[in-house]
Amino acid sequence: MPDTTATSPAPPAHADYRLSQLDELEAESLHIFREVAAEFEKPVLMFSGGKDSIVMMRLAEKAFYPAKIPFPVLQVDTGYDFPEVLETRDHWVNRLGVRLIVASVEQAIADGVVVDDGKTSRNRLQIGTLLNAIEEDGFTAAFGGGRRDEEKARAKERVYSHRDEFGQWDPKMQRPELWDLYNGRIRAGEHMRIFPLSNWTELDIWDYIGREGFQIPSIYYSHQRRVFERDGMLLTEHEANPLRKGEEVSERTVRFRTVGDLTLTGCVESTASTIDEIIAEVAIARVTERGATRGDDRFSEAAMEDRKREGYF
Amino acid sequence: MTAARTMDLLRFATAGSVDDGKSTLIGRLLLDSKSIFEDQLEAIEHTSADKGYDYTDLALLTDGLRSEREQGITIDVAYRYFATPNRKFIIADTPGHVQYTRNMVTGASTADLGLVLVDARHGLTEQSRRHAVILSLLRVPHLVLAVNKMDLVDYDRETFQRIHEEFTSFATKLTIPDLTIIPISALKGDNVVTRSESMDWYEGPSLLHHLENVHVASDRDLVDTRFPVQYVVRPKSDSHHDYRGYAGRVAGGVLKPGDDVLVLPSGFTSTIEGIDLFETEVAEAYPPMSVTVRLADDLDVSRGDMICRPQNAPQPTQDIDAMVCWMTNAPLKARQKLAIKHTTRSGRALVKNVQYRLDVNTLHRDQDADELSLNEIGRVQLRTQVPLLADPYATNRTTGSFILMDEATGVTVGAGMINNVTD
Repeated sequence: MPDTTATSPAPPAHADYRLSQLDELEAESLHIFREVAAEFEKPVLMFSGGKDSIVMMRLAEKAFYPAKIPFPVLQVDTGYDFPEVLETRDHWVNRLGVRLIVASVEQAIADGVVVDDGKTSRNRLQIGTLLNAIEEDGFTAAFGGGRRDEEKARAKERVYSHRDEFGQWDPKMQRPELWDLYNGRIRAGEHMRIFPLSNWTELDIWDYIGREGFQIPSIYYSHQRRVFERDGMLLTEHEANPLRKGEEVSERTVRFRTVGDLTLTGCVESTASTIDEIIAEVAIARVTERGATRGDDRFSEAAMEDRKREGYF
Repeated sequence: MTAARTMDLLRFATAGSVDDGKSTLIGRLLLDSKSIFEDQLEAIEHTSADKGYDYTDLALLTDGLRSEREQGITIDVAYRYFATPNRKFIIADTPGHVQYTRNMVTGASTADLGLVLVDARHGLTEQSRRHAVILSLLRVPHLVLAVNKMDLVDYDRETFQRIHEEFTSFATKLTIPDLTIIPISALKGDNVVTRSESMDWYEGPSLLHHLENVHVASDRDLVDTRFPVQYVVRPKSDSHHDYRGYAGRVAGGVLKPGDDVLVLPSGFTSTIEGIDLFETEVAEAYPPMSVTVRLADDLDVSRGDMICRPQNAPQPTQDIDAMVCWMTNAPLKARQKLAIKHTTRSGRALVKNVQYRLDVNTLHRDQDADELSLNEIGRVQLRTQVPLLADPYATNRTTGSFILMDEATGVTVGAGMINNVTD
């Protein structure tokens, strides 16, 4: 387990005026956070509790220090979030003193905002819940932790990703994005998704977590878990995950590479129990993090593109 | 310390179509640096088989959107990432056809290096010349011409020499501070990662070796101090009651505590009291660092202002002479009103006139042109509502660039590079 106090790393000191790749990525992200805070009336940070969104919190903290983060944090609660993730969320929200808004999928179902037909995954129900929350509070910019290396539909997404009044993304109508001049012009009812981690890779995220030494959910580290195998993924034993015929539960040594809804997020067998061991594991991994552990991206080649069009993170 | 922490970053732009082997080359760089994962490779192997190909089409890796896969072409800028132990690379991969000039301009805008491919069998084409022209216009400091498919010309030295001479002579008309020409075979791997055994007459580096070692830090302007104020940090908390910091990204020069500074447009002078990067005070700040600057005097400084030095400051101007790449269907015309964003300043701009249209294939200037259509580049004069604190793009790519937006739709319609600043 890493320590829980965020410490400040040594400042960059380069006689030849070179920045390391992490310093340069950080500088780019801080610039994006400040640009949005300066130009948008009502930004919000979408926070899942996963490693990417914790890096986002850290960057937002740095961008406005010593002032507080000048916008609230929004979490979409699927009802099946890992308890360790919620714990980390509370730790960060309390430490930074930011306002937390929880948009609950359960509540959205009860209010008739989204329809749970028993076949649609929680992940998809999140889309309607999220869009409703953005609309209700009138947020004009929503920060997300998406990275271009995650998936090929994301490889072409802008840092400022325009959403129409229906919250939808039109990949053919994307605005050209040049230099570091971001275009934040929107019309009433539209909003912008902002991706400050666009140019980070999975390895950069881990290197940064290692360098900064801050707390992430314990399930990213190796632990014992009762799991069963489905479609080549290891899923957690849970009442929301009823076993199908032929599936058997066993206890294994695992860790998570991504953190989402526990009905869809699989873990991988791993003994990596420190950041350095995780970095070593990620560096030699032969399967993308989403391909390995995300049921939601496996349905079709364009699964992510379709969800993004509808308004996914 | 992990190895990754001592890496630096190189952004490079490529342009081209499937025929010149660009996708094969990118695929090879990704494969050989182990940046393609098994599931990604499996997915494109399946798709290639479904389409009846007897080879794995590496172009499928970069064709991310369904409409692109359906049409079998790349229509947008795709960003790809790979790393070697010393350097992380960001590739802005763009299509090469003339109808995608705006995508090439976009990809080149942030690039430290541009990679142009030619087919050794065909030599320089209109397309490869166009790519070089765009990279030169965007002031990409390093250019690599990769003469590909050397295996198909029997690794012939004469063929390479001919292309080398033709390009070098063409390049004299352009602004290319650093040009490197490398004979390669992306398919066979010659001179891509390791030196080729089939071309012992070539004594230069392999492509990857060059990409790993090209020096980019000195490309940035470290002399002319330019700090556009982005955001004013005022905590108003008990612990930081009187804190007032100006957050921004250094666009030029090196800032140090104790420096005398001039704030534009107000003209006030002060001294830098401290430079903060989160909880740390830094001894100096240089491009492209994002920092927060504190001044010794309590001045009225806000977003859009610029901190520079008393003897070295840009000339505020409302009359802009620039090369503009037009990016939307309805043409750019005189008397058109647009929204403009330059550093952290936003305002309105009026198109005074179009001086000429530049033919990006031949460099011919059409002086009779009075408008610019989608994907056309030309010299344009603008009058801005607020004074811009600008430098020539040739001196500083950050303080010399701007974007134009449609006031009604909000869409980005043009990208501009300032030629010279007159008052």
